[in-house]
Amino acid sequence: MSVKNILIVGVGGQGTLLASKLMGKCFVEEGYDVKVSEVHGMSQRGGSVVTYVRYGEKVYSPVIEKGEADIIISFEQLESARWLPYLKKGGVLISSTQRIDPMPVIMGKAAYPENILAKIREKDVKLVELDALDLALSAGTAKCANIVLLGAAVRFLGIDKDMWIDIIRSTVPPKTVETNLKAFELGYMA
Amino acid sequence: MKKALILGNEAVARGLWEAGVNVVSSYPGTPSTEITEFVSKYDDIYSEWAPNEKVAFEVAFGAATGGARSFCAMKHVGLNVAADPLYTASYIGVNGGMVCAVADDPGMHSSQNEQDSRHHAIASKTPMLEPSDSAECCAFAKIAFDLSERFNTPFLLRLSTRVSHARSLVELCDRKEIGVKEYKKDVMKNVMMPAMARGAHVRVEERLLALTDFADGEAVLAGINTVEYNEKKIGIIAAGTSFVYAREALGTKASYLKLGMVNPLPVKLIKDFAKEVDEVIVVEELDDIIETHCIKLGIKVKGKELFSRLGEFSQATVKAALTNEKADFVSFDEDIPARPPVLCAGCPHRGLYYALKGMGLYVSGDIGCYTLGAQAPLSMMDSCVCMGASVSGLHGFNVARGSEQAKKSVAVIGDSTFIHSGITGLIDIAYNKGFSTVIVLDNSITGMTGHQNNPANGLTIKGDPTVSVNLEALARAVGFNNVRVVDPFDIEVTKATVKEELAKEEPSLIISRRPCALLKTVRHSAPVVVDEEKCIGCKACLNVGCPALSQTKRESGKYLAVIDKTQCVGCGVCASACKFDAIGKGE
Ligand SMILES: Cc1ncc(C[n+]2csc(CCOP(=O)(O)OP(=O)(O)O)c2C)c(N)n1
Repeated sequence: MSVKNILIVGVGGQGTLLASKLMGKCFVEEGYDVKVSEVHGMSQRGGSVVTYVRYGEKVYSPVIEKGEADIIISFEQLESARWLPYLKKGGVLISSTQRIDPMPVIMGKAAYPENILAKIREKDVKLVELDALDLALSAGTAKCANIVLLGAAVRFLGIDKDMWIDIIRSTVPPKTVETNLKAFELGYMA
Repeated sequence: MKKALILGNEAVARGLWEAGVNVVSSYPGTPSTEITEFVSKYDDIYSEWAPNEKVAFEVAFGAATGGARSFCAMKHVGLNVAADPLYTASYIGVNGGMVCAVADDPGMHSSQNEQDSRHHAIASKTPMLEPSDSAECCAFAKIAFDLSERFNTPFLLRLSTRVSHARSLVELCDRKEIGVKEYKKDVMKNVMMPAMARGAHVRVEERLLALTDFADGEAVLAGINTVEYNEKKIGIIAAGTSFVYAREALGTKASYLKLGMVNPLPVKLIKDFAKEVDEVIVVEELDDIIETHCIKLGIKVKGKELFSRLGEFSQATVKAALTNEKADFVSFDEDIPARPPVLCAGCPHRGLYYALKGMGLYVSGDIGCYTLGAQAPLSMMDSCVCMGASVSGLHGFNVARGSEQAKKSVAVIGDSTFIHSGITGLIDIAYNKGFSTVIVLDNSITGMTGHQNNPANGLTIKGDPTVSVNLEALARAVGFNNVRVVDPFDIEVTKATVKEELAKEEPSLIISRRPCALLKTVRHSAPVVVDEEKCIGCKACLNVGCPALSQTKRESGKYLAVIDKTQCVGCGVCASACKFDAIGKGE
């Protein structure tokens, strides 16, 4: 199998690292070689963050380049626009509709583009949009927006849904299992 | 055999544990920090955070002299701080093995420069290994200890962001208990005075030759340096991340000499490889060290004429230089605003900066979360060089520009950074009769690198209570008679205190004390609320630069302040900025 590439993007502090951790674990269980490249340090302070997940028979590079991603999972609209060039033509973009203004926008030095997702929809990509934050809140806490998005992505990964449920069960703290599984289901159905 | 998907840094920690390491001392620094955090979870290894990298290196070297396998980790610029002990430790050699990991940051994800630490290996004549993934992080860490003892030298382990912070598969093995070797007094070996050092230098040069032989022969058998012959039109020489990018980009269309040992570099191995391929291309991030070595050997290579000395590479960099492949993608057609990192909502540094704003100060800055205050809208920093430079730099600035300038200048420095190397600058000010005003931003944690305990917060690496440096008493002890403590959320008092201290023709230390908002022990207030009757949309509150605060258009058509309740922790700094009393406490 050729290497598959998944990009997870968002804003530092949004919990992008848990989604990549779960994916990595799952692909290892499936017997693939896996590389997951994370961003620690400065950009975790509210900057634009990206995690690269790659799996296949043998993975060399830990990073994903422009035009290489099969799937992008985005926690925020502006980040969807920023990382769009990393998607393969015809690839899948799963984007939350959440909007977080970056500092230049807050200060009025730059404009947040209007109707980002509508404009992306016109391109040669498959867009799945969902309000991950709202769905997370209905599952119990805003903190599991990452699991909602994972749920939405799983439909495109060709791995049994039960497998993901097992991985979530064995990874998240026991007290949060039920909430996370609810969030997963809501994302999966979205 | 159990396999695990782990970070390069965790794999280094695992390798240390498996190698029977006894003592680890480090100072945090992205991307090296997690190595020591993971080590601290092993109960059979003594671990500690040291005040700085020089101390960490010396602790590890002292432990090695005492017969233990020992280790220290730091970021690339940390090795500058530890360079002094490194260069002479190289002369002395070891008893128990010693390894120092140094993590470079090409592309400067979290650093103030992108220096190439291989220069330190060459200059200090210390051997250096460079892994390219987590499996090698673990394996090379282990091999390095055997080689350290065999060749009687500390070893350097070079990492980089994409190795340290990438997860890949590692086979987990058991720990091999080594114990602590016997210590015998040996003045000729361990005391470096001119008479002994002359002999030591001779041994160092001999050792380098022996290590070069090792690189040419045994290193290949041990899987440290590897050769892969495929199509022979292009032969790539590369190490670490550069190797994986090249291998990904070119596959079997090229042959590869992968160097796991980057100092000393092999000679015969490279010459033989060059003979087998039509054209030799060196792919290396940052400086042209392998390329220069090849040129010295009289081998025709292409390197920096194809690849930049700047930034991080990827498979795309290699493809662009060596193939006709073009990436095909769609993009968004409008300008996309940047999203720089910012001080968190509720960050105590924001209050301090907001208090200083408008006072027309020269702010001598330093490194930590508080460096983010250099950016708009706070824009509260005039300089930032390296850890500790705020204090000594301010003294120099004030000496150059005179006492009137000193009344309009401050240094800002975090608690961890102050302990790291701000203290010596403070002594310099007092001793030389300066009258600078230094502000320590004491948030009870090493924030920027992800929350490590430090000597000023009373907790060890394992979270156990310990003594903490009393900053007030310390400043007095070195000769500062004016020492004040303020709460940075009390903007008016902070302002007044700074003004008073600046007016004095004596040195002053102000401690701006409030714990980091992300600490689990910190209790938050309810989000603040905007009174829409009072808010006139003047934007004054936006000048505090809080990510939880922006303006939205209301039904009335007016733009008014709005609070993001998921982020706001009710610190109230924005309320201090509002002249119309439109931001109030929430419930
Ligand atoms: C010589 C050196 N070592 C380590 C680092 C990495 N580093 C950057 S800031 C920092 C510490 C910041 O802690 P503190 O001074 O307490 O400020 P805070 O981030 O908590 O505001 C460290 C360790 C560095 N830049 N230079």
